[in-house]
Amino acid sequence: MNQSLIDYTLHLADNSLILGQRNSEWCGHGPVLEQDIAITNISLDLIGQARNFYQYAATLINNQRDAKVSPTAVERDLEGTATEDSLAYLRKEREFRNCLLVEQPNNDWAQTILRQFFFSQYQYLLFEQLQNSKDEQFAAIAEKSLKEITYHLRWSGEWVIRLGDGTEESHHRMIKAIDELWRYTGELFEVTDYEIQTTTNGIGIDPSKLQGSWISKVDEVFADATLALPEKTFMQTGGKAGRHTEHLGYILTELQYMQRAYPNCEW
Amino acid sequence: MVIDIMTLHTIDKKTIYSYLAEINDPEVPVLSIIDLGIVRDVKMKNEELEVVITPTYTGCPAMDMITATIKIQLATLGFKKVRVTQALSPAWTTEWMSEEGKRKLKEYGIAPPNPKQQVCDQKLFAAAEAVQCPRCDSYHTHRISEFGSTACKALYQCDDCKEPFDYFKCH
Repeated sequence: MNQSLIDYTLHLADNSLILGQRNSEWCGHGPVLEQDIAITNISLDLIGQARNFYQYAATLINNQRDAKVSPTAVERDLEGTATEDSLAYLRKEREFRNCLLVEQPNNDWAQTILRQFFFSQYQYLLFEQLQNSKDEQFAAIAEKSLKEITYHLRWSGEWVIRLGDGTEESHHRMIKAIDELWRYTGELFEVTDYEIQTTTNGIGIDPSKLQGSWISKVDEVFADATLALPEKTFMQTGGKAGRHTEHLGYILTELQYMQRAYPNCEW
Repeated sequence: MVIDIMTLHTIDKKTIYSYLAEINDPEVPVLSIIDLGIVRDVKMKNEELEVVITPTYTGCPAMDMITATIKIQLATLGFKKVRVTQALSPAWTTEWMSEEGKRKLKEYGIAPPNPKQQVCDQKLFAAAEAVQCPRCDSYHTHRISEFGSTACKALYQCDDCKEPFDYFKCH
């Protein structure tokens, strides 16, 4: 049970960290100043969520380690005590459990917006349920984050409509973004072992149960944006189990560089 | 003033709150952490003082700074053992900001949060709420951006005096 709770916590933390890191690439490059500020503010919220989950995961890992004799590979890697920093900066690609959607490149504004909208809509539905988790810490993080996620969802949803129902160029780019990203949305609702375990214990949420509401919410916004939901198609999965697209390695290279090059450095 | 060991045992919450009222938010320096409503509790146990704070926003970068300042401030007063812990639930809301805090904000040029905020839900393209310009008091203002200079603020502009200003946004 404990290991599945740790895995689940890391999955939630990794989702937020990687999307936060991706969005932060826009810092200083946003299409207009206000939107540059918006996307980096969203980054900050996501990294804040990640910190809360990593801090909790670190406590769980340390408690588990103290309770038994032979440490797991992850714990050995971390050389002793886990902290929020060691979990973000010292785990390898295969140990990250984020879904593939969040690691996809920013490309243009349309793709960044669509990725944020897909994710925020998913996170909104998930955290709404997670507020009632039997695990107090999960419930508290979800309750706190949901207020910010509501902002993200409104902001990204409005942009989907603005771009989809905008100019010929912006409409065309949204269609291209849907083409690029749709195949990563199935994974959000794929159920892993750690989700089954934690859901059985009243802590986690079965994501497959969120899919229906997610599709209808997305469809609603797409209708206003004069965009169509894609036909049923092949879905790319694996991230939640540690099998990632090539992009994650590059993200981690940049994210983890300082700690890898200068272990324990602080500034 | 330095607290001696005797007072340490008899000191009441109110006095500790008055010490904490001296600590300002590093990002909105006219507000104390008490004005902001982020101090949730203080507990005294075996000569150890625990201060429970809650973040305004999940990723608020000021929290580490605030934690450090609380420790330093209380240590200077003679509290030997101080622990600062974070509580996420119940989640902070702008309703916890004191009236005094709202007055100070306005004076500083930031529009304080409306007592009852209307745009906290997920409805798209909802009308922006009426926000009063902190400079000329006009309600003839419009929102420029939902996100502002810090996580807790949105950007507005006054249509009468033309000043752009920050609004402590709905949360």
